[in-house]
Amino acid sequence: MNVLQFTDNGIYCPAGDFYIDPWKPVKRAVITHAHSDHARWGNQYYLCENASVPLLRLRLGNDIQVQGVAYGETIFFNGVKVSLHPAGHIIGSAQIRVEQDGEIWVASGDYKLENDGLSVPFEPIRCHTFITESTFGLPIYRWAPQQQIFDGITQWIYENQQAGKASVLLAYSLGKAQRLLYHLKDKVDHFLAHGAIAIPHEVLLQEGWALPPVERITPETPKTAFKNAVIIAPPSAEDNVWMRRFQPYSLGICSGWMQVRGNMRRRNADAGFVLSDHADWAGLLEAVTATGAEQVYATHGFSSVFARYLTEKGIAAKEVTTSYGDEEIINNPES
Amino acid sequence: MQQFAELVQLLSNSTKTNEKLGALSQYFATAPDKDKTWVLALFSGRRPKRTVNSTQLKTWCMQATGLSDWLFEECYHTVGDLGETIALLLPPSTTPIAAPLHYWLEQLQQLEKATEETKQAFILQAWDALDNGERFVFNKLITGGFRIGVSQKMMVNALAKTYQIEPATLSHMISGNWDPHNVTIEELLHQHTTGADASRPYPFYLAYALEGLPESLGPEKDWQAEWKWDGIRGQIIKREGQLFVWSRGEELITEKFPEFTPLTAALPDGTVLDGEILTFANGLPLPFQTLQTRIGRKNVTRKQLQEAPVIFLCYDLLEWEGTDIREKTLAERRTLLEALVQNMQMPVLQLSPEIIFDSWDQLTELRLQSRDKGSEGLMLKKKIAAYQVGRKRGDWWKWKIDPLVIDAVMIYAQKGHGRRSNLYTDYTFAVKDGDQLVAFTKAYSGLTDKEIAEVDNWIKRHSIEKFGPVRTVQPQLVFEIAFEGIAASNRHKSGVALRFPRINRWRKDKPVAEINTLEDLKELLRVNGHNTCS
Repeated sequence: MNVLQFTDNGIYCPAGDFYIDPWKPVKRAVITHAHSDHARWGNQYYLCENASVPLLRLRLGNDIQVQGVAYGETIFFNGVKVSLHPAGHIIGSAQIRVEQDGEIWVASGDYKLENDGLSVPFEPIRCHTFITESTFGLPIYRWAPQQQIFDGITQWIYENQQAGKASVLLAYSLGKAQRLLYHLKDKVDHFLAHGAIAIPHEVLLQEGWALPPVERITPETPKTAFKNAVIIAPPSAEDNVWMRRFQPYSLGICSGWMQVRGNMRRRNADAGFVLSDHADWAGLLEAVTATGAEQVYATHGFSSVFARYLTEKGIAAKEVTTSYGDEEIINNPES
Repeated sequence: MQQFAELVQLLSNSTKTNEKLGALSQYFATAPDKDKTWVLALFSGRRPKRTVNSTQLKTWCMQATGLSDWLFEECYHTVGDLGETIALLLPPSTTPIAAPLHYWLEQLQQLEKATEETKQAFILQAWDALDNGERFVFNKLITGGFRIGVSQKMMVNALAKTYQIEPATLSHMISGNWDPHNVTIEELLHQHTTGADASRPYPFYLAYALEGLPESLGPEKDWQAEWKWDGIRGQIIKREGQLFVWSRGEELITEKFPEFTPLTAALPDGTVLDGEILTFANGLPLPFQTLQTRIGRKNVTRKQLQEAPVIFLCYDLLEWEGTDIREKTLAERRTLLEALVQNMQMPVLQLSPEIIFDSWDQLTELRLQSRDKGSEGLMLKKKIAAYQVGRKRGDWWKWKIDPLVIDAVMIYAQKGHGRRSNLYTDYTFAVKDGDQLVAFTKAYSGLTDKEIAEVDNWIKRHSIEKFGPVRTVQPQLVFEIAFEGIAASNRHKSGVALRFPRINRWRKDKPVAEINTLEDLKELLRVNGHNTCS
């Protein structure tokens, strides 16, 4: 039984008449998380995890009609049982569990297995069919424990300060930026941030998240403020005149793609930190195994490779084309 | 090994020359002596003998990780580097060994006659002893080729800084035939320049391209003009009764060109010639493709000697009667050179003719004959100039003719290597032949990073089929392909082979319907490739 279907609008539940992360406007959208390739504009009604509600409003406008639910809370669409479960990707990120006549499908959205301290840790859900992301679905992607990465970042900041340079860290504005702030808060006294990071940060502070304060950089911020400073900026700030004011500075990029030297070299960064909010190869395999699913669909990323590998391991797996991530995200450290 | 791995990491990430220079001279100031000698050898293209090949590395990695062949290949095509792919795939190290670079290199060299099992056991043990960064450089030591943006010039400058020696002198000291097994960096740098090693070549003097017209160079009478040839730039050295032939890449290639053997007896001792090795018949150079049949072969066959005979076209005389005469003026060196070549009377040794001209206008006119002569354009050399070291502006200029161009459509794409890994940067192009498309060349360079990103994105959305690493794309993107020469070829479906093809520009303005045809290519061959049939 196909509890969920892949349509031109997105992942669809015919019996419940709702979509998961649709990429074209629909009536009812269940949203895994607030990143722009999953939570899109123009749906009549949104359902997401409670912590995602303010983020969705921030990104899609205050006038959207959105309902929040807690992790594990059950709601029904035409008798189809729907619940959201922690995905560990970013604050409020959820896997969507859909049950119809005892048949259970889970759509993962994006996820990682390591506990980042902010988003509720990933929880494997037993199901018949698992729709998984596969952004880093190649065995070359293996993440070191995050403590090791943050130690590296701390050391790098220290060396920059010794050399009289500011440390500019590029990290996606929703998710990676907060993870950095959370893990560096005891090592760094003062953070400066680009507006794209300061704005969601403001919202998250109001919601009571345990994040350190940041100073938003404006045209009025004096140049003296940047001396030896720690600055967090979105990837779009790279190669931008906006960065010039920080001279002298060292540029560090935080992304899973930094695992491969070539990616790092062409970004012209001074340092690359392999820090991702997605599961690595081993994490993807562990997650798939833990669901006990007999059938797997791999969506964005190295989906054909991952599906072929699972098939060889005796799990019926297929690649599906979606509008999430897409391969071009290799140049986008959102991942 | 850690120190070397860090050096490689820094050199490959940094885009700032000063930073690289600093890292190198810091390395030379602090690393163990034996390691320094090896680094010098490695970064000047003196690769250690291969005792293990890449297929073995790949096989052993697959065995160690349990990965299947196709999955390994997928990883390799994404990473774009075998050594790095393996380093990333192996499980973390369990029994670290902190040993210096030379330890690993010496161990590797000792494997030369070892059995397959011994080699495998050693490699597996090494992989388990090294961390990710060290493993990467270890694998690169085996597979060869550190492409990390360190030029010989930069290394020379770093050493010069550390050891307080003139870069030009130092350059000469480290050139020639030496082996890090039996020489130390101290020995190399403490000898006298006219030193022990009779084979040692001089660093080559290289020209920059002339932008614009030669009027900016001042009075024409101060300049000597010659044709510019597309062969192998080389030096012929006769010292202590022995003959040595060096390529510009500082490779000793004496054995490859038996045609030069008679020069051993004929040339006087203490002679060093700078010139071009060219395949030559009936007074004209043959296309570079002919010379290519002579490169990369250990043993030359009689057939090759007949079909692709070489000559040495002399440009300059660097050493005469055992004395380094590079400081003399070009005019003085030329006089000596002319006399020498004339006295020799050997067909294998020819003089690069001087082009007689009265005005820059006349020379500009003469330059148009370059392609007919099978030459790439002109060389301009200042008559009072000394023979310098490396690429320098001012006294030598190359003035090449404009390339040939053709508009073509992209039909296949493949991911690149190095800093272009995981990006589609290697393209195959086609011209029209009726309603068919015929592939005629590949090209790897010529686009800006921004354009590459745009094309890469487009390819990912417009591919039709995947054959291993190659993607067939919808024939929509039109590019202008530039190349230096064209020759008939029966190895290519299109019937032509291009010399130095590259992308000149992206013709966003041009629809596929208007690209060039196979007939156009053949016309270019008729007009410009005439010397290929001789």
